[in-house]
Amino acid sequence: MKVLVSVKRVVDYNVRIQVKGDGSGVNLDGVKMSMNPFDEIAMEEAVRLKEAGTAEEVIAVTIGGDKAEEQLRSALAFGADRAIHVKVNEEVSPLTAARILKAVFEKEQPGLFLMGKQAIDDDNNQTGQMTSALLGIPQATFAGELKIDGNKATVVREVDAGLETIEVDLPAVVTADLRLNEPRYLKLPDIMKAKRKPVETVSMADLGVEAAPGLTVTKTSPPPARAAGIKVKTVDELVAALKDKGLV
Amino acid sequence: MTENEAVERDVMEYDVVIVGAGPAGLSAAIRLKQQNEDLAVCVVEKGSEVGAHILSGAIFEPRALNELIPDWKDKGAPLNTAVSRDDIYFMTGESGAFKMPGLFVPKTMHNHGNYIISLGKLCRWLGEQAEALGVEIYPGFPAQDAIIEDGIVRGIVTGDMGLDKEGKHKEGMYTPGMELRGKYTLFAEGCRGHIGKKLIRQYELDNDADPQHFGIGIKELWEIPAEKHQPGLVVHSAGWPLDLIGTGSLGGSFLYHLEDNKVAVGLIVDLSYTNPYLSPFDEFQRLKHHPVFKQYLEGGKRLSYGARALNKGGLYSIPKMVFPGGALIGCDLGTMNFAKIKGSHTAMKSGMLAADAAATALKAGGQGADVLESYPEAFKASWLYDELYRSRNFGVFLHKFGALIGGALNFIEQNLFGGKLPFTAHDRKRDHETLVPASQAQKIDYPKPDGKLSFDKLSSVFLSSTSHEEDQPSHLQLTDASIPIDKNLPEYAEPAQRYCPAGVYEVVEEKDGGKRFQINAANCVHCKTCDIKDPAQNITWVAPEGGGGPNYSAM
Repeated sequence: MKVLVSVKRVVDYNVRIQVKGDGSGVNLDGVKMSMNPFDEIAMEEAVRLKEAGTAEEVIAVTIGGDKAEEQLRSALAFGADRAIHVKVNEEVSPLTAARILKAVFEKEQPGLFLMGKQAIDDDNNQTGQMTSALLGIPQATFAGELKIDGNKATVVREVDAGLETIEVDLPAVVTADLRLNEPRYLKLPDIMKAKRKPVETVSMADLGVEAAPGLTVTKTSPPPARAAGIKVKTVDELVAALKDKGLV
Repeated sequence: MTENEAVERDVMEYDVVIVGAGPAGLSAAIRLKQQNEDLAVCVVEKGSEVGAHILSGAIFEPRALNELIPDWKDKGAPLNTAVSRDDIYFMTGESGAFKMPGLFVPKTMHNHGNYIISLGKLCRWLGEQAEALGVEIYPGFPAQDAIIEDGIVRGIVTGDMGLDKEGKHKEGMYTPGMELRGKYTLFAEGCRGHIGKKLIRQYELDNDADPQHFGIGIKELWEIPAEKHQPGLVVHSAGWPLDLIGTGSLGGSFLYHLEDNKVAVGLIVDLSYTNPYLSPFDEFQRLKHHPVFKQYLEGGKRLSYGARALNKGGLYSIPKMVFPGGALIGCDLGTMNFAKIKGSHTAMKSGMLAADAAATALKAGGQGADVLESYPEAFKASWLYDELYRSRNFGVFLHKFGALIGGALNFIEQNLFGGKLPFTAHDRKRDHETLVPASQAQKIDYPKPDGKLSFDKLSSVFLSSTSHEEDQPSHLQLTDASIPIDKNLPEYAEPAQRYCPAGVYEVVEEKDGGKRFQINAANCVHCKTCDIKDPAQNITWVAPEGGGGPNYSAM
C-alpha cells in the first residue's frame, strides 16, 4: 500500500505570534517556521505503518513557496521515500488545497491519505474533509488510533463525548489528532540522507487545478488584553461592583 | 553517558566541523568553501534554526563582510539601515542627562558607514550563503562535548535526545547523539561556550592571558509610533541607572532605530558589578522610564525580549587560539571590540582567518593532528589585531576609573593617540570575585513595572519564545547542591535570583520554614551569566536537548 501524507509549513508553535501594526496580518519577518505539528503526527503514523510492513511507500506532499521544501526535507527525514512540492506562492484556501490534494491523490493512487486534523496557523480544520468529499472516498477525522486490516481501516476518533470507533473502506482520508502517537526525534543521519531523496516539483497548472474563489482576510487583530482585576473587601462591595458593571 | 551500556553512535567524517552557526562559525564555513569547494564542511547549531539563539544590538561594521562576500548588497544581505546620527548621553539621574558634544565623542563610537541590523537576520542570510556553497548546517543539534583522543581534538559528539529528568532513556524516544569527526574542529559557540571553556582549561590556553571580563546585555525589540521613528538614529548612554563616577556598577545602554518603526533598546551591565542586590533586568526596566528613552518608546509596543553575555576583556584577555586539531573563533575566543561595542565583524574576521589556516593545512595534506599555528600568526598581522590593540585599554580604564573619567581617558587615547598610548592597563580580578558580602551592601528598591514601558521577568521571557522539553536532565548543573542555600544565600543573598534575566533561579521558602534553591531550567535563554557570575563558580551551563532555548526572530 502507498501512503500519501500532506504537510504544511506554518509558524512554529513556540513562536509568540505578533500581529502587524497595521492589522494587515501576522508578522512573519524572521519568524521560525516548522512542519504543522498535527502533520508531524500524520507523518509519524505513516512511517510506523511502513516499519510495520503495512505500507510499502510513503509519499509526502506540500503546497507552498520555495521555502516549503524545508518541511518536505523534514518529512523525508522522518522516513518518507519521496516528496512532491506543489509550488504556489499565494495564500491557499482550504478548498484550493483540497483541489490540489485531490489531483495529487488521483495521480499517485495511494491506499491511504493521512494528514493533520488542522493546521495551527489558520485553524480551519477543513482540508481533510473537503479532500475526501471531492474524491468521494471515506473520511475518518480526529484519529486517536488507527489500525489497518486489508482494505479496511479501524479508527478511534476523539469526539466531544469521548471516543468513537469507526470502520472505513480504503482508500480513505484519515486526519491525525494529538494522541495518535508521539513523533520521534529526527536523527542527524536521517536528516543527512533526506537531502539526497527525490523531490518532484509541480505547479497547479501541471496538475490542472484552478484556485477556488478565495476568502478575503479583511483584518487581523490581537485578542483584547485582559483588564486588571480589582480586589473587594466585603460581599456588599462585591455586589455593588457587580451592579455597577450591570452584571446583576 | 548516563546508562551503563555502551552507546552505539553513528559517525560522519568531515574535513572541518564547526560548532555554532553565528557570525564566526558561518564566516569560517563560507571561507573554507571559497578556498576549496571540495572540502566537506559541517556546522552544528544548538538553536532550533540558524539565528534562533543570536542576540546582538546591533550596529554592524561591514569591514569583514566586504572581504568575505564583496557583492553582499546584490545578494540581498539584510543591511538595510545605515547609521545617520550618533547621540551619546551621560545620564546623571533618573531624569537628568547631558548630551556629549560631537567633538568629544571617542573615535571608536563614530558609526558613520555602519548599519543598524538584526544580527539574527544576518546570520540566517549567511546560513543561506553557506548552504549555497555546499556547507551542511544542522540546527537543533548542539555539540555536547569535544572528542579528544591522545590529546588531539577529533570532532564533537552531538547531544543525546530523549532522556528523562533522571537521565534515563525515555521509552521509544531515546536517540543517542552522533559523532561528527573533523580533521579540524572550529569552536564558535559564542561568549562562554561550554566546550570552549573546557578546552581553555584542559589545554591551559589562558595561562598567559588576563582574565576574561564579561557583561550581560539585555535587549528588547519595540515597534514605536511612526512620528517618533528616525531610521538610522543611534543613541548610547552611560551612567544612571549604573555608576557614572564610581566603579561598582558599570555599563551602558543603547537605542537603535531600525527600519519599519522598529527600535532595539538594551542595557549592558558589566559582570564586574559589586552589589549582590543589583539586578541587571530591573536596571534595564527602570532605564526605559528615563526621558532620553521614554521619548521614543512611549506609545510603542514591545515585540521581543532576550539576553546574552558578552566578552569585553579585549586583546589581553584572549587566550591561546589553537590546540591540536582545532581552534577557538569569535566570542568563544573573545574577539569582541568593547570600545566599539561591536563583536560581529571581529568574530567574522577571526573565523575567516582560522578557515584560511585550516584550508592551507588541508591543502598541504594535513590530517588534523597538528596545531594551526598560521591562524594566530595571521591574526597578529591582521587589521583585527590592530583594531583590538587600539582598544585594549578601554575596559580597564572603565573598571578602574568609572564611566566618566575612564571614558575621558579613552577619548584621549582614541582621539589624540590613535589608540596607541605607550602603556597597557591590566585588570586581573575575575568577575565572580567582585561581589561584596550582602551584609555590607545596600539593598536596591526597584520600582514596580508599569506594564507600558517596564515589565516583569516572566512576561519578558514569554516574548523570547523560549521552550525546552520539560522532562530532561537539568542543563544547569550544580557542582555542590548545598552551596546556593548554605553559602551563597547567607553571604551574598544568592545573587542568581537577580542576575539571571529569565527567572531561572529562585529561593523558595518551604512549609517548615526551610529554604530550597529551585532551578527553572526551562526558562533559560542561554545567556550564560550564571556560569560566569556565581561567586562560588558552582553553576555549570551545559547544552540542553537540541532545539531548546529561545526562538529569537529578529534579535
